[in-house]
Amino acid sequence: MHYTFDFGWLLEYWPVLLKGIGITVELTLVGGVLGVSLGVACAWARALGPGWLRPIVTAYVEMIRNTPFLIQLFFIFFGLPALGIRMNELEAANLAMVINLGAYGCEIIRAGIQATPKGQFEAGASLGMSRIQTFWHVILIPALQRIWPALSSQIVIVMLGSAAVSQIAAEDLTFAANFIQSRTFRAFEAYFVTTLIYLALAVLLRQLLRGVGWTIFPRRGAASRAR
Amino acid sequence: MSLIEITEVKKRFGDNEVLKGINIDVEPGEVIAIIGKSGSGKSTLLRCINGLETIDDGSISVAGAQLLPDEIHLKALRLKVGMIFQQFNLFPHLTAGRNVMLSQMVVKKTPRGEAEAMAKKMLERVGLGHKFDAYPDELSGGQQQRVAIARALAMQPIALLCDEITSALDPELVNEVLAVVKELASEGMTLLMVTHEMRFARDVCSRVVFMHQGRVHEIGPPGEVFAEPRTPELKQFLGML
Ligand SMILES: Nc1ncnc2c1ncn2[C@@H]1O[C@H](COP(=O)(O)OP(=O)(O)OP(=O)(O)O)[C@@H](O)[C@H]1O
Ligand SMILES: [Mg+2]
Repeated sequence: MHYTFDFGWLLEYWPVLLKGIGITVELTLVGGVLGVSLGVACAWARALGPGWLRPIVTAYVEMIRNTPFLIQLFFIFFGLPALGIRMNELEAANLAMVINLGAYGCEIIRAGIQATPKGQFEAGASLGMSRIQTFWHVILIPALQRIWPALSSQIVIVMLGSAAVSQIAAEDLTFAANFIQSRTFRAFEAYFVTTLIYLALAVLLRQLLRGVGWTIFPRRGAASRAR
Repeated sequence: MSLIEITEVKKRFGDNEVLKGINIDVEPGEVIAIIGKSGSGKSTLLRCINGLETIDDGSISVAGAQLLPDEIHLKALRLKVGMIFQQFNLFPHLTAGRNVMLSQMVVKKTPRGEAEAMAKKMLERVGLGHKFDAYPDELSGGQQQRVAIARALAMQPIALLCDEITSALDPELVNEVLAVVKELASEGMTLLMVTHEMRFARDVCSRVVFMHQGRVHEIGPPGEVFAEPRTPELKQFLGML
């Protein structure tokens, strides 16, 4: 073992890393917000939606949850152009992440909805609210509160999984690491630094999600205690 | 014409016929107690009147409007008839005030300021003006139930349905809720309440309905029903046999 560690390249390549971090963060934020929104819509459809919609959503969810993310990404980026649907790497990466988180989020959020006491739906109905109004104003927030830790973990998983988008040359953090490694031949150092950055991003993301929870769920534990 | 007309109402769950032809006419301002054994169909009847269950046969009309199972008719009906549940069913993520404001704003499109003023007024009416900003889990059961009453009142219903609204409460909290109901009764609110509070039924109600096996077995003023029950079933229920 005569390997001498050399982190000197950091001086030259930190803008590349920074750009990679920026793209990973962007993918995570867009994927997180739109993915959770899609998850909410699909969870509503599966738990409470009209009968004709349920099998369609179920098919989507099962399709995504039983195939690799990388293949979903390749399908969107390399496959869809055959149908005339073209997008650049970033658009494809964003779309793949939204679709992926939408499916996993759907199942998590659905569990939260199904744990809602029946009386909440009946209280909404007896006050004259429509089913959609009851879902939106009464059911959704406590349902999200119940499953927020699981949903937060899933969002972190999707953020880490976004490393795969480097495979279609979306210039995320992993792409930057590969690039630096190929230029400097400093594989250990490049991936070591990248690992630390992902770790930091994951910790920050968890904190952010906890903060979001604190703001949208004013009563901690209330949803589980209320009958 | 009566305020609430329940005519030959039948309701089945599968093979189990729970309501076997119910007839009750309720006049404006009446306070009606519904009593009977567990499983006799009391809750089911109230739930049918509020459209939470669809009826298989017969008809229900409130203030002249027929109960039909589509969203428009249901909404119209539910604006006229409020319902209070045994388990309160407050929305846990909203303060007491917001609980009372929500349906005004969502259903009636009442502007926020007005809804808030109405919520304050209704919470004061049930003696909880000072709890506007409290969350349900910060309130006692009796207080939660009073918020639920305020929430129903804020929709300005012409009648209230109460399904065992004191049964989930500790004994010492029952009276504060009954006092509110008594107050409403004296102000002329039409009330249909399923209750096990026989004293309350005797003191406050204009008529008592005794349900037995899905039928109205006896009906009359509390003086008659409690003092001179005609059927063995009611005598047994009242512990007189
Ligand atoms: N959603 C339902 N599905 C199937 N059966 C039901 C349903 N709701 C009520 N029942 C049945 O209908 C019958 C009457 O129930 P209901 O709740 O109206 O009785 P109740 O008089 O209110 O009794 P309790 O005093 O226990 O509240 C019971 O046999 C019950 O099992
Ligand atoms: Mg009952």
